[in-house]
Amino acid sequence: MTDLGSAPLPALAEDDHVRGAEGGRLVIEYGDFECHFCAMTHVRLLDLPIRHVFRHFPVRSKHPRARACACAAEAAARQGRFWEFHDALYADQGRLDDPHLWQRARDLGLDLDRFEADRRAEEVVARVQRDFDAGIRVGVVTTPTLFVDGEPHAGIPDRALLARLTADD
Amino acid sequence: MSPIAPGTPAPEFRLITEKGKEFTHEDLRGQTTVLVFYPFAFSPVCTDQLNVYNEVLDEFEARGARVFGVSCDASWSQHAFRKQLGVDIPQLSDFEPKGAVCRAFGVYHEAGFPQRALVITDPDAVVQWSHQAPSPGDLPGANLIFDGLDAVQARA
Repeated sequence: MTDLGSAPLPALAEDDHVRGAEGGRLVIEYGDFECHFCAMTHVRLLDLPIRHVFRHFPVRSKHPRARACACAAEAAARQGRFWEFHDALYADQGRLDDPHLWQRARDLGLDLDRFEADRRAEEVVARVQRDFDAGIRVGVVTTPTLFVDGEPHAGIPDRALLARLTADD
Repeated sequence: MSPIAPGTPAPEFRLITEKGKEFTHEDLRGQTTVLVFYPFAFSPVCTDQLNVYNEVLDEFEARGARVFGVSCDASWSQHAFRKQLGVDIPQLSDFEPKGAVCRAFGVYHEAGFPQRALVITDPDAVVQWSHQAPSPGDLPGANLIFDGLDAVQARA
């Protein structure tokens, strides 16, 4: 049994996926690569001067390819290309089947055999599950959920939240 | 109206399963049960809630608990809703007389639908834990159910 009772939002871990300005406001996203609202959120956050952390929250019954995509992104991360793969997934959500994942890996110049083995590796599956379990424990129910200053915001960020993310305070 | 308090035996009730069979307070006996009261089938917010609970169904089962969704929708609507979501959580209908069971559990919203509430009963059909979301739009995370199950187990 996994402990899934309430727990605080995990602090940044060494293997968290982080990008953006060092001094930018920290935004921790729980997201799903097959979720259209997450794709829209991706577009809205892309050019903001924030420090963006992406954590996996794939929900199988809603998005059958979400877990496979999360594992593929982790496999890309093992070759140092998580964010490129992340962006490529959100750039075309109509193509998330295995051949489409391989094509993305090829386009990014990844070692395809390694990518293929890694995305099915136990550690990769466990890495995705770790994010998902932590999301459950902090009360994530919908994707995307963005944590800003430790506070959860479910759904696509609205103008007020976007303004807050870029405010100098 | 506030949700039924822990320590209270489940009231007598009659709900209808997706197969049209009765599900009564007697059916609570023998196993820990989580009743997930939700406002409406097909409302987008309910959708997220049941999808996420479905994701951790095996963890509920590992704790010896079974989970049911309860709303005032007709069984046919609940069945279609469950199929559309692709979830395995069986549904129980409080359609006729509308909301009678929700009222008995103290979770009926005055506007005519169930509050978003969670109730855990023990194998003796006694309520051991309950939670009502501050508003129907607030989704209780699965973590709250695990907290409730942990609390029930700690008391047992």
